[in-house]
Amino acid sequence: MDILFSTVKELVGLAEESGRPISEIMIEQEMLITKRSREDVIAQMERNLEVMEEAVEKGLKGVSSTSGLTGGDAVLIQNYIKSGKSLSGNLLLDAVSKAVATNEVNAAMGMICATPTAGAAGIVPGTLFAVKDKLNPTREQMINFLFTSGAFGFVVANNASISGAAGGCQAETGSAASMAAAAIVEMAGGTPQQSAEAFSIVMKNMLGLVCDPVAGLVEVPCVKRNAMGAAKALVGADMALAGVTSVIPTDEVIEAMHRIGRSMPSALRETAKGGLAATPTGKRLEAEIFGKKAEESVVD
Amino acid sequence: MKFRSVFDIIGPVMVGPSSSHTAGAARIGRVARTLFGRQPDWAEIRLYGSFAETYKGHGTDVAIIGGLLDYDTDDERIRTAFDEAEQVGLKFEFITESEEPEHPNTAKIRIGDADGEMELTGISIGGGKMEVTELNGFTLRLTGHYPALLIVHHDRPGVIASVANALAADGINIAHMECGRKEKGEMALMVIEVDQIITDSMIRLISDLDNVTQVSILAD
Repeated sequence: MDILFSTVKELVGLAEESGRPISEIMIEQEMLITKRSREDVIAQMERNLEVMEEAVEKGLKGVSSTSGLTGGDAVLIQNYIKSGKSLSGNLLLDAVSKAVATNEVNAAMGMICATPTAGAAGIVPGTLFAVKDKLNPTREQMINFLFTSGAFGFVVANNASISGAAGGCQAETGSAASMAAAAIVEMAGGTPQQSAEAFSIVMKNMLGLVCDPVAGLVEVPCVKRNAMGAAKALVGADMALAGVTSVIPTDEVIEAMHRIGRSMPSALRETAKGGLAATPTGKRLEAEIFGKKAEESVVD
Repeated sequence: MKFRSVFDIIGPVMVGPSSSHTAGAARIGRVARTLFGRQPDWAEIRLYGSFAETYKGHGTDVAIIGGLLDYDTDDERIRTAFDEAEQVGLKFEFITESEEPEHPNTAKIRIGDADGEMELTGISIGGGKMEVTELNGFTLRLTGHYPALLIVHHDRPGVIASVANALAADGINIAHMECGRKEKGEMALMVIEVDQIITDSMIRLISDLDNVTQVSILAD
């Protein structure tokens, strides 16, 4: 199959040689692989953007999951921002609350767009809709934000993993936060190389994160990992825009994530048998929700 | 290359909460429905591994029934699929198996009506993507690295050639291919992995060929 890039090095190289943004390289590759028209590809991404907007809007009104484990935190954070007491900054907390909003809607079986998975679906839209208020992007630039995120995610999915069952949470929220950081940099006017640096800086700080959902549900700690993923994405993007670079090249960071994922025991890869899922409270909640005996879920 | 499109990464649009346990499960059900070719009257679904452990919290059960009702991953009727199934007269049963599967997210679906039945095993490999590993006892040895087509057809001379010609005419290269049949002259199966993405118009074109009864994408 004809592809333009399979590594971040190739992706950044193509963008820099041609003087075009990463989002444009992604659109071109999509047209090449799927034989679809540019209009068609962009229209589908716009539909995804609309689903993300609706999910954030719904989550900010307050939702609750069927298990009752999650819901309502996005509203609490928005109210706190309005109180004017925020220490970490309104834009950062806005991204956090919008990431939480999306994941709360997901946990409530609402409609979302997986980025790259449903469990990590809050980070890319959360950061996009928060920086939107500061950078005032056009609709086209917002769609491009998703293509740039997708370009980096494409490399991770094919060279490592985006599945918690295969690579732990680092593969899900780790990938999402790193993808978002790269896209924020492009929207803020950074270079393709700076996008790659932002990706690396964030991914390096997500390495080793395990997937240990309580009762196997995409709720605890998933919602809050999306919250902190959004925060890291913004900070990582700012660091790259300030000129900070990663000592380890992006493709090697991705390879490290892959290796770490492979060496994680299965109890820490979406089986709900280790980590937070195996705490006394985690096991009690599982028993309450599914009516199972708590002893059934013993730690390895 | 398991992930080919940017929409494998930014997508699918889906009813939550899990891309593998909800969206992927719905897709397994929907492929079964497409290959069966009509609304089944009954369904028996066996869940293995992580599907068996966590299906309730993830809506894996309603998602599979939604798929059997031909709902896509972004169809909000997935949430009420059990009620919809009752209205259209689809009886179903879920059985959890303790047997350790090869893939953690495995479902075996048996569906049927007065005119026949079918059995399919599907796995959900992450991000909403799925693969079919078994159909009516016929093991499908897909690598998962390429888009794959499954074609059910009558065992007649020239059917395989006509499908290969249709693909070649559109510049689609065959990477791997398997053919099989139950009895000489009866139902036959073709599984074709290709190097390029398969478009909807290509599926329609193959469906219209003589002696082809069903066409479905097994791994996209």
